[in-house]
Amino acid sequence: MATVTATSAAPKEKNFLVRFLTMNTSREVGGRDLPLWRQILLQLLTLVIAAEVLFPIMYIVTLSFSSKTTRPSALELIPREFSLTAYQQVLDRPTANPVTFIELLKNSFLLSAGVGVVALFVAVTAAYAFARFRFKLRQVLMIMVFIPLLMPAVGLSTPLYLLMNQFRIMDCGKDVTALYPLVECAGGTGKMIFKLRDSLLGVGIAMVAGALPFAVWNLKGYLDTIPLELEEAAAIDGADANQVFFMIVLPLAIPQLAVTFFLGFIGHWQEFALPWLFLSKPESYTLAMTLYNMTGQYANAIPWNRFAAMAIIVALPVAITYIALQKYITSGLTTGAVKG
Amino acid sequence: MATATASIRRKSKSKAERRKALVPYLYLIPAFAVMTVITFYPLIYQLIVSFTDFQTKDLRFGLASPELNFIGFKNYIDILTGGLPVQNFEFFRVLVYNFWWALTNVLVHVPAGVLIAVLLNTQGLWFKKIYRAVYILPVVVPPIVVATVWRNIFDEQYGAMNQFLTVIAQFFGSADPVRLRWLTEFTPPIPWLLPTGPLPLAYYAMMIANFWLGWPFMTVVATGALQSIPKELYEAASIDGATGSQQFWNITVPLLRPAMIPAAVYGFTLSFNLFNFVFFMTQGGPARSTEILVTFAYDLVRNLRLFGAAAAFSVFIFIVSLAVFLITNRITRATESYTEA
Repeated sequence: MATVTATSAAPKEKNFLVRFLTMNTSREVGGRDLPLWRQILLQLLTLVIAAEVLFPIMYIVTLSFSSKTTRPSALELIPREFSLTAYQQVLDRPTANPVTFIELLKNSFLLSAGVGVVALFVAVTAAYAFARFRFKLRQVLMIMVFIPLLMPAVGLSTPLYLLMNQFRIMDCGKDVTALYPLVECAGGTGKMIFKLRDSLLGVGIAMVAGALPFAVWNLKGYLDTIPLELEEAAAIDGADANQVFFMIVLPLAIPQLAVTFFLGFIGHWQEFALPWLFLSKPESYTLAMTLYNMTGQYANAIPWNRFAAMAIIVALPVAITYIALQKYITSGLTTGAVKG
Repeated sequence: MATATASIRRKSKSKAERRKALVPYLYLIPAFAVMTVITFYPLIYQLIVSFTDFQTKDLRFGLASPELNFIGFKNYIDILTGGLPVQNFEFFRVLVYNFWWALTNVLVHVPAGVLIAVLLNTQGLWFKKIYRAVYILPVVVPPIVVATVWRNIFDEQYGAMNQFLTVIAQFFGSADPVRLRWLTEFTPPIPWLLPTGPLPLAYYAMMIANFWLGWPFMTVVATGALQSIPKELYEAASIDGATGSQQFWNITVPLLRPAMIPAAVYGFTLSFNLFNFVFFMTQGGPARSTEILVTFAYDLVRNLRLFGAAAAFSVFIFIVSLAVFLITNRITRATESYTEA
């Protein structure tokens, strides 16, 4: 509109153009003015950034809704069809192995939730001890707990792999089972029926090793902020330390317990390195491992629309949890960080 | 009589006190029992293994294996001098690349995050809420999904990036489709950039993908900090005749610093150990030129099965991580005192 006015401009109406372009577009009362030309410039910038953010997302969404099993030959960022065949195929038969989607989902869920819950329950009392009590070995013990935080999870994987590789349950025949290396079958032979290293339980144990220090750190930061007066009042009323912990502190810490659990859950849901190192049987694979199988050297057999559908299926639970808890997650992390 | 009761009371009181002093240790028992088994003992075991040539054949018996050789510091020396039976591996090249990778990422993410936060914070900008919702998306998508998706985007033949470049090239009159070998081309585009080793095209591809992943978090942090800067400061500055860029450099930047430095430190350590992303994008390739310490350690255990060397390498990772922590901790401490001043 503005340019049309400008081309047929008499000298007087030029003022109108200037007035139009400099008119205030800010609807905030008492704020600074934002002239139209700046608003348009800024809108262009923000749109470019939004396009940058949406580019890979739209690419993968479009791919996942495509029914074409060939690879994409031209750039498409807006879905032309809404076919759910790729999703259906992934849910039906996610890998080349005879393992159902439900099994993969169950493995992923058991691993993430199990590790989250165990780490939480073991960590919460330690976090309380560090947050509330001043005792002789406090500094030393705290350093001992937090030092593993410095070590990337991969760094601890060698010894855990080697140690758990030794634990196995052997079937010696005649209804005799032996727990190696504590008990051996006669003659040192027998059929292996369970190997801790090659099981979800083993991976879970290895993941708890990484999750525990973080849970202690994150919970301690929050427990530090609970006002002491509450506990003092309870103590005056005759509550002992255990009662204070279970009746006062734990209920107050529930929001942070939930945040710590969900943060862990999100992290474990995507955990790839340890399961990929430990597990070898396709029936104990997780969703993250399946997604990895769909890229790289194994990807040649898999149509990209199925890969895209799988990527979205893996991403959705994390994205939904994160968006639902966004406020709590950021505030939870910062309280943990500030108090150290 | 009176003294007796007093002494009894004192005695019982001290007993209660002693019991009270034990309480924190009781609360620590579960965590320490678990950590002893799955953290401290493995760490010691790791140290022992790092002095042996633990191999696949020793897996069955572990340290009880009769053939297990203690070879002193050979693993450590091999790692430092490139004596490992591994192709294309030099410890210091990987170390320098690892630092370079983390540093360049943060140096790009933080300024971009701050600028976009400032842009979004402009008073009266239309559709602010929509933009905020869109810009948060990369934070909520799991990095492994991001890496796999970007890996396909950088595919030589079918990837969206080459297709996008083809569209742009057509716009400028070139009919040939673009066929950049993003993740496999070894010849570095800018050979002199990092003296210890070449930065292949894959490095730039990963920078692009990780940029997408990285700046939104910085924007979230910067937005929070921006909203706590009092508007009066800007009003006073504009009354004094300060221009927009003067206000940015003299008000916004100094007041954002206390919030952004811990965020940058966090981003640095995150990029430094960005296992999932690197592994899913390139697996350290081509020819180990985008390998970082953690991906190499993983390769030593999972594929090469050099358990002794892997244990020694983990000790190096621990030393490097400790050094990074001590340095970054100093930087954050320094800014803490700045905020109080």
